[in-house]
Amino acid sequence: MIRYILRRILYAVPIAFGVSIVCFALVYIAPGDPLETVLPPDATAATIAIVKHAYGFDKPLPVQYLIWLGHVVTGNFGTSIATGRPVILEVSDALANTALLALFAVPLAFVIGGTMGAVAGSFPGRWIDRAVTGIAVAGVSVPNYWLGIVLVIFFSVQYMLLPATGMGPNGSTGFRLLQWNSARFLVLPVITLAMIPIGILARTTRAAVAEMRNQDFVQTLRAKGLSEWAVTRHVLKNALPQILAVMGLQFGYLLGGSILVETVFTWPGSGFLLSKAIINRDVPVLQGTILILSLIFVATNLVVDLLQPLIDPRIRRG
Amino acid sequence: MGLAALILGLSAAAEQPAQAGGGTLNIAMTAGDLPAMTGNPDQGFEGYRFVGYNLYDSLVLWDLSKADKPSDIKPGLATDWQVDKADPKRWIFKLRHGVKWHDGCGFSADDVVWNLGYSADPKSPQFNPAQFAQARSYLGNFASVEKLDDYTVAFTTKVPDSLFPYEISYVLMISPCRAKELKYNWVQYALHPSGTGPYRFARMVPHQRLEFVPNTGYWDKTRIPQQDRLVLIPMPEAATRTAALLAGQVNWIEAPSPDAIDRLKAAGMQIITNPYPHNWTYQLNFVKGPFTDKRVRQAANYALNRSDMKELLNGMMLEGYSTVPPSTPYYGHPLIYRYDPAKAKALLKAAGCLPCKVTFAISTSGSGQMQPLPMNELVKAQMEAVGFQVSLDAMDWNALLEVTRAGVDKNPDISAINVSRQTQDPFNALIRHVWTKQWAPKGSNWGHYSNPDVDRLVEQIYNTFDPQKRLALLTRLNEKMNEEAVMIFVAHDLNPRALSPQVHGFVQAQSWFQDLTPVTVGP
Repeated sequence: MIRYILRRILYAVPIAFGVSIVCFALVYIAPGDPLETVLPPDATAATIAIVKHAYGFDKPLPVQYLIWLGHVVTGNFGTSIATGRPVILEVSDALANTALLALFAVPLAFVIGGTMGAVAGSFPGRWIDRAVTGIAVAGVSVPNYWLGIVLVIFFSVQYMLLPATGMGPNGSTGFRLLQWNSARFLVLPVITLAMIPIGILARTTRAAVAEMRNQDFVQTLRAKGLSEWAVTRHVLKNALPQILAVMGLQFGYLLGGSILVETVFTWPGSGFLLSKAIINRDVPVLQGTILILSLIFVATNLVVDLLQPLIDPRIRRG
Repeated sequence: MGLAALILGLSAAAEQPAQAGGGTLNIAMTAGDLPAMTGNPDQGFEGYRFVGYNLYDSLVLWDLSKADKPSDIKPGLATDWQVDKADPKRWIFKLRHGVKWHDGCGFSADDVVWNLGYSADPKSPQFNPAQFAQARSYLGNFASVEKLDDYTVAFTTKVPDSLFPYEISYVLMISPCRAKELKYNWVQYALHPSGTGPYRFARMVPHQRLEFVPNTGYWDKTRIPQQDRLVLIPMPEAATRTAALLAGQVNWIEAPSPDAIDRLKAAGMQIITNPYPHNWTYQLNFVKGPFTDKRVRQAANYALNRSDMKELLNGMMLEGYSTVPPSTPYYGHPLIYRYDPAKAKALLKAAGCLPCKVTFAISTSGSGQMQPLPMNELVKAQMEAVGFQVSLDAMDWNALLEVTRAGVDKNPDISAINVSRQTQDPFNALIRHVWTKQWAPKGSNWGHYSNPDVDRLVEQIYNTFDPQKRLALLTRLNEKMNEEAVMIFVAHDLNPRALSPQVHGFVQAQSWFQDLTPVTVGP
């Protein structure tokens, strides 16, 4: 087991390396100038050349990559071109705000999606199954930025029950989770964000549970005279590894922040940071954010892989 | 750490400003981020509007007190300026006495010299490349500056430049005192900015909000802010800005989308519009393709039914028939290409261009681009109705800017670019689009228009220091540009903004910049 864990951690290194090359290259393949924010629209070629030199963007790409990588392995992600702040500070501030959304969206999605799926899977073909499947399809299909705007129109503009945007009158620095005055800013973005994972989890859980119910061992359990409740427990336990894998992916997705949802709610998280960095071509922020988010994704999958054998002894890692 | 602080931080409810009666003005900007605070801001003229001219002053300011005529320049940190009688390349600026930086230091000629080193001289210790990039567009003709006495400076330009006071109006002055105190650390400067402007920096949450308080010691006593606090919030999504205003989270939003105007009016919001120096046009390719023929350029202009466009935008535009809006002093009596499809067809036929295939580079969004996709679709439909065949090459805003900066040589197959321009002063309004010396990538003449008559006229303008005589020349230039159909003229934006009924005292100037100082927020 220890060897397996070590091996998995070692596998993450080339993945991270590959991710760093891809994210570095992607940023440069996209049209637009990395010095966009500091250059006015009518900047002349001579001005651009002087500024590129000042920022080191006149060096060949592989050289720029190696310099960047050299700094990254020592924990220095550079500074944002737009704000001049260290990238690590920009990303950690934004990640903290996104994590706050995920903190609520993850349990909300897992509990609601899981329960809906388990119930539907236990009664395949019945009305409850059809209803849940319908809701799940809607959850996956509804564009979440649209849902966000509709919720805002309803709860903020029409009935003025919840705020429409931001993190409160003092931004993230004044945010106090245990005070309703702050916490109410979370409600609409959390619901919006949870909608897609609810749909995905409901569908996955339903499929896994329904499939398990057709297995021979369920027949055997019933033949042994187990109660329906006890049978369901066995079914759920066997379906869990599959559900867990999907949960891991969804967890990574929620932690990565949603560009659309965070833009609609002006929520200063990692998705909003990314969208700004893309629009401004703020290359250091873009590279740093993508790399850190990818590493979080890799780490989440690693944790899921390690959890699975604990739940299902049939999965032997060695 | 950050998350833990958020969850555990129960104490210290954030400070609430004491209300002195002027209220807090909360503004939702269209910018995606807070503008830079180290002098000349980024985020385009929105950055100048809300941060630049509030924290800082320039030697020459803009008079933003009237709504009924276009804004022009007025004395700022300089009280008077004259060109040297003996040398047309030398401008003498008299500086204002008794001005204090927000940090308490006094303002004098040394500070002006220091600031020009900051944004224009790579060899000076205070040189800042980001500021250089921002200021370069306005300092292209600047050669040097010298102190004559404590309150007099002399600027030397590369060539005689009668428009220099306009150019220097965009160069904001920051406090050398504060910069030295912070050891030229510009990140720290952005957190502790010091200018001479009507507002002082109060606090900032990066990316989220910026708060200013009145500078009660401001040198212009008529412009001491009447509200207690000014809060600026970046909110790039138009639907979010509208919802934030309707929900009472802000009391001022920039650029509501045209389809939200009726809803906002119904909720009692004030919708304020005014023409301002903005154009929404196509700059044309004068090197290759159909637009090298003047008849084709005129046909494209005759093909457009601009009142349809106005309807599309719910009335939120002025029909565009020239590079500048009609209220501009040098508008004159240009040839107007009013909608005339028969004439357009005849011109295309005479030019032998049927179907006349053209490609437009357009953006999906961007500063000043209004509603680029539906507007371009309408232009395409109207032009195709008279015999053009238009392909729209849509790209994101930055990609279009790159095409724009590179000039026609890099993209010879693009017939026109759809880039909105500010037309606030004679150079930006007219000269840069048609002067041979402004050929991209050196300047903004994207399509390499060149005409000896126009070049001669431009040289004359730069050498004419008498404002009345210069006005006549500028008027001739504008009329000439229309006669030549140097662009496809479509629209001028009306700069809509929506204010809650609690906001009082705002006068919307015909300018990209606005004066927020008289505004109060009350019952």
